[in-house]
Parts: sequence; structure tokens; C-alpha cells
Amino acid sequence: MTTGTRPRRRAGPGTGHPPGEPRRVAYLYLLPAFVVYAAFLLYPIGRAVHLSLYEWDGLTLGRWAGLANYAAIAADEGLRAAFGHALVLIVFYALAPLAIGLVLAAILNHAKVRGLGFFRTVVFLPQVVAMVVVAVAWRRVYAPDGTLNDLLGAVGLDALTRGWLGDHAFALPAVGVVGTWFETGLVTVLLLAGMSRVPVELYEAARLDGAGAVKEFFAVTLPSVRGEIAVALTLTVIAALRTFDLVYITTRGGPGDSTSVPSYEIYHRAFGLGQVGSAAAIGVTLTVVIFAISLVINRFADRRES
Amino acid sequence: MIASIRAGRTRAVLSAGLVALAAAACAPGSSAPPAAPPARPEASAVRTDAAALGDVTLTIWDQEVRGGQAAQMKQLNAAFEAKYPNIKLNRVSRSFDDLNTTLRLALSGNEPPDVVEANNGRSSMGAFVKAGQLRPLDAYAEAYGWKKRYPESVLRYSRYSPDGKLFGEGDLYGLPQVGEVVGIFYNAAKLSKLGLGPPKTWDEFQAALAKAKEAGEVPAQLGNLDKWPAVHLFGTVQGRAVPADQISTLAFGRKGASWTTPENTRAAGQLVDWVNKGYFNKGFNGQGYDAAWQAFGKGEGVFLIAGTWLLADLEKSLGKDLGFVLPPGPTADAAPVATGGTGLPFAITAKSPHPDAAAAYIDFITNADAMKVLTATGNLPVADTDRQTVNAGPQQDVFTAFGTATKNDGLVPYLDYATPTFADTLGAALQDLLAEKSTPEEFLATLEKDYKTFADSNG
Repeated sequence: MTTGTRPRRRAGPGTGHPPGEPRRVAYLYLLPAFVVYAAFLLYPIGRAVHLSLYEWDGLTLGRWAGLANYAAIAADEGLRAAFGHALVLIVFYALAPLAIGLVLAAILNHAKVRGLGFFRTVVFLPQVVAMVVVAVAWRRVYAPDGTLNDLLGAVGLDALTRGWLGDHAFALPAVGVVGTWFETGLVTVLLLAGMSRVPVELYEAARLDGAGAVKEFFAVTLPSVRGEIAVALTLTVIAALRTFDLVYITTRGGPGDSTSVPSYEIYHRAFGLGQVGSAAAIGVTLTVVIFAISLVINRFADRRES
Repeated sequence: MIASIRAGRTRAVLSAGLVALAAAACAPGSSAPPAAPPARPEASAVRTDAAALGDVTLTIWDQEVRGGQAAQMKQLNAAFEAKYPNIKLNRVSRSFDDLNTTLRLALSGNEPPDVVEANNGRSSMGAFVKAGQLRPLDAYAEAYGWKKRYPESVLRYSRYSPDGKLFGEGDLYGLPQVGEVVGIFYNAAKLSKLGLGPPKTWDEFQAALAKAKEAGEVPAQLGNLDKWPAVHLFGTVQGRAVPADQISTLAFGRKGASWTTPENTRAAGQLVDWVNKGYFNKGFNGQGYDAAWQAFGKGEGVFLIAGTWLLADLEKSLGKDLGFVLPPGPTADAAPVATGGTGLPFAITAKSPHPDAAAAYIDFITNADAMKVLTATGNLPVADTDRQTVNAGPQQDVFTAFGTATKNDGLVPYLDYATPTFADTLGAALQDLLAEKSTPEEFLATLEKDYKTFADSNG
């Protein structure tokens, strides 16, 4: 790396430096934000990683455990199941809302519905309500004498009625559907915003080329909202993986362990069982998984865009 | 290229910083002083003359936030401050869940509260004892005569060995105000319509369940969505099939018993049998606990196997139609066996600078007068239960039941005390068993594994 090969940027007259203040000063400008970021994000993450290497009950002196907590996670069948459940929830939290949201947004955007603002509000409403409230309400819906069973009974489907959240086969999908209901609004509004930016000329051009509504959707609408799709997927996938309140309120991981999720395990181990090290290890693992999946989603979106 | 090199260097500096940060932070828990063996004063060294202790402020963390619980605490605190003007009470009350999650942090701080209500179980009181955060109260028990006030079957729920390993024996770390026992609530009106009285034997109870089913009633209400309610149900069934001392050994997580016995298999089998015969409401695994007892209160269901803590709420809706009996034994005069225990015991923190004043406070809220206040505010006092005068009807039923159980040492501990993870293990396993996703043998094998692993490692 000699000076000769160094690609020069717009150098200031007579100096070999880039214009403006020296780099070291530039870092000074970053410092305040960095301090806040470090204190409230980097330090806690570092501390969590640190704790995850100990066997600690939160009270007495911790004992160095190395990677034993991580090994235990890998070996723990129940925990592997919990991560599996989180992956299933991705289908309900991210993929289903995306599919529904795409259709909904396309219709709302295309039909130029009167009172669009109203519909947008209605669709977005679940997002405004706290998850705890949502969970309590859905718990009533799914109860053996709840709304869902009443509806099924009213249309003569008594054979299907059951205690939904207490059924080993249906509890996880039941929890998932709540997620779908919750996230669809967010996804729809995001996509709607993206679609409204698509120039009308593109649609006109597609029409002139003889595209129908479906073809138009795949040829024009879908590619133009790729960025929004990436954002929506990132947000909802993260929501799926860190699901806690919904499970905590509705099933507490039951029946049996059929709806256990990693976040619930973290809470349970740290505050219930006093296994802080193990809880931190699950937390770090979950963070890594979330990070990896988000990275894949964004890489995918970037590559298609370029 | 430069940019990328710079970025790389920044990243390296950053990660080096992180590593240094991690290395600089020492082992977790090391900021708290090491667990010194808590002081064990002789009975003669403790002071019980609270009025002569000078000006003291006691900080108290309790979870008495609901109805009658809050009322008794307020009344007793006011009476205490009136009697000892030199002692100020700084009361902090939180809900049970809040207390459970914050107490751990509060106790590991340098200025913990003086008196705390700590849950009896291993992951709460047991962990605090192990960490040397609670003060053994035996000297005070001697000085104040607490051992005469409380039967041993009640005191043992607050006893731990000093290392926190053995539960149910060892030093005394707390004193509860109220008692609770799991028994059978019944709807008297429905029973008499079926031509039955309250069951006097276990067979009579089962016959009543069968008759209720035939008559198209819901024989027993159960809401098991919250996982733990079936633990009380199973404990009740188990108490008929398994000797009480074995249940105690299992429930305190001590060595020397086993889950995989014919008796336990019989108990689990009986529960499955009840499910098959349709003795419980449809979809009970998906029904919330509150929804279930509220349904019973509205007249759905003949029986409800639950704890005395539901008395006030159920009495409000069922009135005189509500009745309560201890789970009956094989014969009408068999010794009582019932799952039960105490409310959360009040304990003194090891770092409290005013242990004598704290003990005087605990004594005051558990003495004979306090028990009367507890009765008057609709609670079930843990001591002198049979000496209280209450209205005939369900409240009298409950007082008689608890008095009988404690007098005959008939209380067996909650099964989820056994190991730190047992509440989860048992709750999930029972949901599986009741949904017939597992056989009684598989169910018991799951429990045995948790119990054995813990009992062996606990020494």
C-alpha cells in the first residue's frame, strides 16, 4: 500500500488530507451517540455473554462454567423443541401476514377504495393494542365456552369444538393465529405505503402490454415493494422469535410443553428457577439466531434489488 | 480500500474493547459480600422489649394486596405503630408475582428490606437461605414461644438446613399468618337434588361423581390451562392412595422415596379413569383456572377440588349452598391427609440492622389477637384456628377442616416444592396425562427422573 496506489479523494488544496476536519475530530462527533449506544446496548449484550459463561443463581458467587451452558442448550430436548416452536411461529407471524398483507394492500391500493384511511386504521388497529390485552382477549375467544366454540356450534360444527389452548395439536397454531391477526395490520400498512409510491405510468404501461390484474401484480407491484417486504419480514420474524407475552398469558408453554418458546424459557430460568447463566446463554443463542435470520432476509432483498 | 481497512481496524478496536470489558467485569455475584454464616444469637441475647429499642424504621415487603389480606395488614400495622410509637413501618406491598421477581434483586443489594414475605419454595426461600440472606429465627421462636403457637406440621414449611439444601427441617426462617388446605368444595343444593350429602368416604365421593354424571351435571369443575391447578387435584387423589410420609418425602425432595410405586400408579390411573368417565368439564386443559371456579360459583358443577383461598369469592356467589370438606379417607374416621400449607412466611433479612424490632413485628402480626383480626377480615388464620368464632356455613366448614388437618398433622406439602423445576415438570406432565398423551407409567417416570436427579445431586 504505497502512496502511489492510494486512490485520492477530493484532496484539499495543497494538503494531502481530505477536506474538513481531521478524522480524529470526526470521531468526537460520534462519541455522544456511541456512549449512549454502548451503555445501553453494547454493555448489556457483553454482560449477557459474560453471564452466559457462568453457573449463577443470581444470588451467590457465580461459578465459571465455560461453554457448558451452551452445551446444555444443545443437549436439552425441551429447549430444542422450544426453538422449533419459535420457527413454526415464523410461519404464522411473518409468512401468513405477508401473504394476506400483499393481497389486502394490492386490493386497497388498486381499487382506490373510498374511505381508505378508515380501512387502513381498522387493519392497523391490533398493533395499537398492547399484546397483553390481545392475549387476554384471545384467551376468552379460545376458551371451551368461548366465542370460537360458540360460532362453531352456531353453524353446526359442534364436533370441532374443544378447549383450543389446551389441545396438544391445536394450541401452537391457535397461538400462531393470534400472531397472524396481530402482525397483518403492520405488514399491510407497510406494503400499502410502498405500493402507493409506484408510478401510475408503470401500471399504464403494463396495461398497454396487455397485462391482467394478476400479471400486473407480479410484474409491477411485487417487485416495487421488495424493500418493504424485507422490512416487514425482518420485523415480524423478530416478533415471532421473541414471542413471550402471548405465550405467558395464554398457555404458559402448555399443554405439556407444546407451546414452549425460548423467550419464555429465559424468563422462567432467570426469575423462576434462578438459573441466570443458563437463561443468559439461551438469550445469546436467540440473539444470534435472530441476527442470522435478519441478515439472510436483508441480503436476499439487497441482492434482488441490485 | 482505506475505508475498509479503517472499518476493520475500528471493528478490531471495538471487539478488543468488548473483550476487555468482559474480562474486567468479575464473576457475577462477587459485588455482593460473600455469604457469611448468619448470626445465630442465643435466646438470652435477643431483645423482646420492642418499646425500649429506640427509634427504628422497619421496611417491610409484603404481598397482601387483595381484599381481606390488605385489610388485615393495614389494621395490624396501625395497631403495631400505635403500641410501639418508636417503631415506624415503611410498608411496600406488591402482588405475589411482582414480589417473587423483585425480591431476588432486593435481597442481593446492600440495603435490603428488614422484613420480607418470601415464598416457601426452594427457588425462593431455599435460595435466599443458601445465599445467607435470611436470618434464622430459632432464638426468637424460643423467646416468643412460637413453637407453642404453631404446630410443627405448619412450622416445617419454613424450615431449611443452613445450606438451603434440606427443606422441611432445620432452622426456622419465617412465620406465616394464614393457612390453606386443598379440599373439596361442593354445591349443597345440587348434592341434595341428587339425594346425597357431603361425602364421608372416598368411595362415597366417587359414587357421587358417578351419580352427578348420570344426572347430566358436570361432576367436577377443572380449569387446567394455567398448568398448576391439576397439581392440587393430583395431590388430593394421591393422598388417598399413597402413605402420607411417602408424600412428604417426595414433596420435600428428600432421598428415600420413589414415584414409580404401585400406589402412585394407582393414583395416576384413578385420575385418568375420571377423565375417561367424563367427570370433568369438556376441554378442561384449555379452561382457565379463574374461569373454572367462576363457573362453579355460577352453579355449573357439583364439586370443585381446590384450596381454601377461594372461600371468600365462592361464598359471594353461592352463599349458603357452598360447602367444604377435607378429602375423605377410606373410612369416615380415617386420619385426615390433605395437601396444604401456609401463606407466605414473613422472614427477617440477614443484613437488617434491626432484627429485634423486626422479630417483634412478626410476633405482633401472628399473635392470638392478630389471629382474631385475620378471622374478622375473612382470612384463615394458621394458628388457633379452632378457637375462632365464625358464622356457620362454608366459613365454619373451612375453619373446621383446617383445624382438623393441622391438629392431626394431616397436612402434606405441595408436590411442586420437591425440586426447583418440579412445578413445571409436574404441571406439564399432568396436562399430558389428563389428555392421555402419556400413560400413568410414562407420567411417573417423568416425575421420577426430575426427583431422582435433584435428590441425588442435593446430597
